[in-house]
Amino acid sequence: MSSFTRRKFLKISAATVTVASGAAVLSKHSVTPAQAAKRPATGVQRIPTTCDICFWKCGAIASVRDGVLWKIEGNPDDPLSRGRLCPRGTGGVGAHFDPDRLRRPLIRRSDRGRDAWHEVSWDEAFAYIAKKMHAIKAAHGPEAVALFSHGIGGNFLKHTLKAFGTPNMAAPSFAQCRGPRDTGFRLTFGEDIGSPERTDIKNAQCLVLIGSHLGENMHNSQVQEFADAVGNGATVIVADPRFSIAAGKAKHYLPIKPGTDLALLLAWMHVLVQEGLYDKEYVAKHGFGFEQFAARLATFTPEWAYPETGIAPDVIRATAREMARHKPATLVHPGRHATWYGDDAQRSRAIALLNALLGSWGSKGGFYTPASMDVPAYPYPAYPKPARPKVDNPDHRYPFAHETITTGIREATITGKPYPVKGWFVYATNLLQALPNEQETIKAIQNLDLLVVIDVVPSEIAGWADVVLPESVYLERHDDLNVELFREPFVALRQPVVEPPGEQKPNWWMAKRLAETLGLGHFYPWKDIEEYFAHRLTAAGLRYEELKAKGILRGAAAPIYAADGVPLTFETPSGKIEFYSPQLEQAGFDPVPVYRKHEEPPPGAFRLLFGRSPVHTFSRTQTNRVLADMMDENEIWVNADVARRLELKSGEYVRLRNQDNVLSNRIKVKATQRIRPDCVYMVHGFGHTAKGLRHTYLKGASDSQLVTRYATDPLMGGTGMNVNFVTLEPEATRV
Amino acid sequence: MSRYGMVIDTVRCVGCMDCVVACKTENNVPEGFNRDWIAYDVQGEFPTLQMEIRSERCNHCDAPPCVYCCPTGASHVHDVGGVVLVDYDKCIGCKACVASCPYGARFINPEGYAEKCTFCIHRVEEGLDPACVSVCPTHCMHFGDLDDPNSEVSTLLASRRHHTLMPEAGTKPRIFYLT
Amino acid sequence: MQELTITRHNEMIDPLLHIWGWEIPVYLFLGGLVAGIMIISGYFVLQHRYRHTVFTTFYLPYIALALLSGGMFALFLDLEHKIYFWRLYTTFEWTSPMSWGSWILLIIYPALWVNTLIRIPEPFKGKIPLFDRLSALLHQHPVLIRNIGVLNMVLGVALGMYTGVLLSSFGARPLWNSAMLWALFLVSGLSAAAAFVHLITTDVYEREMLAKADNAFLTLELFVFGGFITGLLTSTKVHIDAVRLLLDGPYAPVFWVFVIGLGILVPLAIQLFAVNHKIRHTAIAPILVLLGGLTLRFVIVYAGQYSTWA
Ligand SMILES: Nc1nc2c(c(=O)[nH]1)N[C@H]1C(S)=C(S)[C@@H](COP(=O)(O)OP(=O)(O)OC[C@H]3O[C@@H](n4cnc5c(=O)[nH]c(N)nc54)[C@H](O)[C@@H]3O)O[C@H]1N2
Ligand SMILES: Nc1nc2c(c(=O)[nH]1)N[C@H]1C(S)=C(S)[C@@H](COP(=O)(O)OP(=O)(O)OC[C@H]3O[C@@H](n4cnc5c(=O)[nH]c(N)nc54)[C@H](O)[C@@H]3O)O[C@H]1N2
Ligand code: SF4
Ligand code: SF4
Ligand code: SF4
Ligand code: SF4
Ligand code: SF4
Ligand SMILES: [Mo]
Repeated sequence: MSSFTRRKFLKISAATVTVASGAAVLSKHSVTPAQAAKRPATGVQRIPTTCDICFWKCGAIASVRDGVLWKIEGNPDDPLSRGRLCPRGTGGVGAHFDPDRLRRPLIRRSDRGRDAWHEVSWDEAFAYIAKKMHAIKAAHGPEAVALFSHGIGGNFLKHTLKAFGTPNMAAPSFAQCRGPRDTGFRLTFGEDIGSPERTDIKNAQCLVLIGSHLGENMHNSQVQEFADAVGNGATVIVADPRFSIAAGKAKHYLPIKPGTDLALLLAWMHVLVQEGLYDKEYVAKHGFGFEQFAARLATFTPEWAYPETGIAPDVIRATAREMARHKPATLVHPGRHATWYGDDAQRSRAIALLNALLGSWGSKGGFYTPASMDVPAYPYPAYPKPARPKVDNPDHRYPFAHETITTGIREATITGKPYPVKGWFVYATNLLQALPNEQETIKAIQNLDLLVVIDVVPSEIAGWADVVLPESVYLERHDDLNVELFREPFVALRQPVVEPPGEQKPNWWMAKRLAETLGLGHFYPWKDIEEYFAHRLTAAGLRYEELKAKGILRGAAAPIYAADGVPLTFETPSGKIEFYSPQLEQAGFDPVPVYRKHEEPPPGAFRLLFGRSPVHTFSRTQTNRVLADMMDENEIWVNADVARRLELKSGEYVRLRNQDNVLSNRIKVKATQRIRPDCVYMVHGFGHTAKGLRHTYLKGASDSQLVTRYATDPLMGGTGMNVNFVTLEPEATRV
Repeated sequence: MSRYGMVIDTVRCVGCMDCVVACKTENNVPEGFNRDWIAYDVQGEFPTLQMEIRSERCNHCDAPPCVYCCPTGASHVHDVGGVVLVDYDKCIGCKACVASCPYGARFINPEGYAEKCTFCIHRVEEGLDPACVSVCPTHCMHFGDLDDPNSEVSTLLASRRHHTLMPEAGTKPRIFYLT
Repeated sequence: MQELTITRHNEMIDPLLHIWGWEIPVYLFLGGLVAGIMIISGYFVLQHRYRHTVFTTFYLPYIALALLSGGMFALFLDLEHKIYFWRLYTTFEWTSPMSWGSWILLIIYPALWVNTLIRIPEPFKGKIPLFDRLSALLHQHPVLIRNIGVLNMVLGVALGMYTGVLLSSFGARPLWNSAMLWALFLVSGLSAAAAFVHLITTDVYEREMLAKADNAFLTLELFVFGGFITGLLTSTKVHIDAVRLLLDGPYAPVFWVFVIGLGILVPLAIQLFAVNHKIRHTAIAPILVLLGGLTLRFVIVYAGQYSTWA
């Protein structure tokens, strides 16, 4: 029997779903007449807000026609979107109209993993949660409650839980995403790249993308600037095992063997150093340990890198010289989803070092110095000091983790070490799709006394919850102020443009009510969130009414390049760019990155790679009917010659079996020239197993399900997920 | 007289489909149908590949077979900008126009009439760009009067290499792709 | 090598894959059959055979009226906006073959009707005085009758041609881009009509004559096919690709087996033996011809929709 059919399919019962299926895309059915009556009857209203289909938080303007949400466009005042959203932002209307949304709070009626729920009132839900939390606190201390939260919406819940007394809160955006990158750059420059990234793509004359698949990865500003760079004739160099959209724009496309990027990076640096092409002045002025670094590069010749990477030595040299020619306006993009092979912080460090050689940090066309507005935090009472340190990284096992590790909390929940974790709050993160090895997640969940999931739809993680709290979608709520660190300072407001279709509530309301139920009401001195906004904005010398009307307030632009006088300072121990890292050496790691081979797929198997579709965000948009209409299942990309050999044709269904014998849901083959023969590729986020997501249930396959193996980064605890191998089984021959 | 057309820069286009989504919400295009779509045109063999990405839709042809073949006059050339439109109230849904379009630009709306891109004439007449053009995050789409030599579309055509789709089909398309 | 991915991926989204269903081939087949019948019946009228032959002049116009209405009904079924059907007749669009067709179809009704007046069948005689009077008038002026014959033949040819011209006017579908298509559909209509009469007539003379005529039509059809195919094969690549859909593409089995083999060659052989009195006439040959004609319309319509310039 396959592990697939053994899985429990979780769903939230149809009783919670009150809307008939088969509604048109822009179905108005989810709006009750009573709600419609509350609205202005006719005409088009345009209300500024910010997008939340991903975490870029673009400024948007929603149009409401005759009281019904019509469309969402970019806010021209917004520096992030520059007046244009990405396809997901444009399709955000579908989130409001989704007929599968959660409507009322639910409490589990039987054991976890079974589909039986009571609909309860909000008060009942909070009373239940508070009782459990008090019990956990009494038995294990407040630190035994942890929060997983992704996105700005979790801010108030964080506040409530800090008030409750726990330090354990994590987002998958660290250990499953950009963590290694930030660690690699911190170790080198003493600073992060940030999100939005401080990359000056639009002014780059040479842009190097190592797997960053801009154009599919639709982080709006990045893509817009990418198009600007391409339009300006910038030289684009792309290293990717797959001929990505970005590769289609590249002058040099390097079809690199997966997992060997560090070898390529070392060889590039070797060429720059050996040929004396690096920015000598910059390195002399800002560098630390360059001599030792240069010495260690000696053996990493292009000839050495060739058999590893499959990239010919002359191509490595030509591209290195090209980078040098445009320095310092050469940007070697640091990537974002960097958790690939477990040596990711070191690979990211190599990217940082390559940029350092080119002098791009601080330069136009490289990395600028972002600015933000000074909007003071709300003056809350002091939080109680947790009695124990965070649970995720005992004894600093991962010495360079500067954020909380989700998978560390998960491990502690399983083992009870360094101390037990008994309660989880999960806000806007589908842990079963986001964390590697879902069996571990399920195992941890089985150890819990309380699992509260706050979601908008009956997702996989909601299926495991004890209490499900239905949130209103971003178009129906306020969230915390977005004080962005970007090219120019600004503050942006997310505010409701339509009413929620049921009893859904915004996170701030839930967080406040929960605090009050817990007896922590004094942590919420404000009556409602608008009072909170007004307070903070006034403190910053701004007017809430103006922000409300415009959606965005911009501060004065300041210089962002070193050439314009921004001081280059480095928060490293040496105060310089650390070409050679004593910190790493002391901790027992390579002070200069060293390439080590990764395990390769056995004969007949392929490395499983995954990435983004421009029209979906992770696992959260497949149920959005507008976006599902653009792409409603994923495909498995297979090299055309391989497909011929395996007698597979585009459009045929196969299942993937991984090294641990996990069999995926069926997925369509895309036989294509656009990928290497040693790997296969799919878009992340499909293959939903939550039945309540009626439209997307079992459409396509889930990469997460096949990521049973992961390589943990010893520096910072990131989970490299590109280490799984699969074989393809034609659907017809499966018994 | 104006002659509206589009100039789309395939060098900048990333095939993100924002233009498709925007058309959908702007024009309430029914589920399962699209007035515009993306073509990813890949030539060569791995790893020596070339890719042209095109946002495609009705070409508002100068010689529109869909108008010529329509037995009711529902398909017509609009006075403003020579935009090819369908008068939904006249259409009997015979699909002749669907068969006559070499680009597959038309479909039958579930309500029974032929539908396709209108160049967002309702917006254009208000002085706005079509929805797809106005949202495109890469700013790769341009809309304007081809007969006006000073319009953005005309100057782009004068300064850049370009092509149309299936010119051999003889329809004289008015959407141009910069390469 | 080219790899083209288009985001319209299913039949619903991609009209290239499906435009017309069974209704249009049936409409074209019945239209062609009626066209053939009108030509044959008109010819018999012109030849004054209405004095002797029973079947062709007697019943054919009625049958044609029924078949034509059947065809029109199929067309109606195909319309997606049926309640606006009448809009066809509020305008005449001279560039639209479909508009021409609908008007031709409309004037065919009176032409067939006056044809029926030449010999009103016994059961109807004396029922509608006006018809009897008109019938008598016709017989007083044989020239009128001759003209009715000519009218039916002319309209028959127009209708038969129209069924082909309708398709060949679609420049977007390379398979239909052939000037031979009207001839093909016309001959096929004639042969179907001949087979039809052959099949149901009780008159030995008519049967013999139409079997012979059918052989001629079938032979002619083979030549027209030759012209159609070589015409496309010697044209551009898209046209070659289009015709190869029939020759060795997805539609080849149906085309070679049902249209050419069972639809033309086999009945031709059978009928050659039959008219030479080597074997007896049976229903097999004409039925094969009729089915072949119907299949031809299906194959041409479906493969044509499949063929594109892309
Ligand atoms: N296998 C695999 N794993 C990955 C990745 C991968 O590519 N492959 N990518 C990694 C990366 S880079 C990241 S950043 C993470 C992302 O991981 P997550 O942030 O967990 O992303 P999603 O899987 O989309 O889960 C989001 C959840 O939030 C819910 N949600 C959506 N909108 C709202 C809202 O307004 N309010 C509330 N309360 N809930 C909402 C959705 O229904 C969904 O259940 O995943 C990481 N994990
Ligand atoms: N539309 C859309 N855009 C998004 C998101 C989304 O969900 N939807 N999520 C956002 C988030 S949070 C993140 S983190 C980013 C992620 O986006 P990115 O950081 O750009 O990409 P990754 O997911 O790391 O990598 C996917 C690409 O890396 C290639 N790749 C895989 N293995 C290797 C390798 O070993 N070497 C090299 N050189 N390349 C390799 C794949 O072929 C693919 O092209 O996207 C962001 N943008
Ligand atoms: S990048 Fe797209 S999805 Fe993300 S916030 Fe911006 S518009 Fe929304
Ligand atoms: S929105 Fe612009 S970039 Fe995106 S696919 Fe359409 S034309 Fe291309
Ligand atoms: S593209 Fe097609 S529908 Fe549009 S005008 Fe040309 S022929 Fe007509
Ligand atoms: S479907 Fe409508 S618009 Fe198209 S040809 Fe027929 S009547 Fe004209
Ligand atoms: S011009 Fe308007 S109708 Fe045409 S594709 Fe663009 S958005 Fe759609
Ligand atoms: Mo991420």
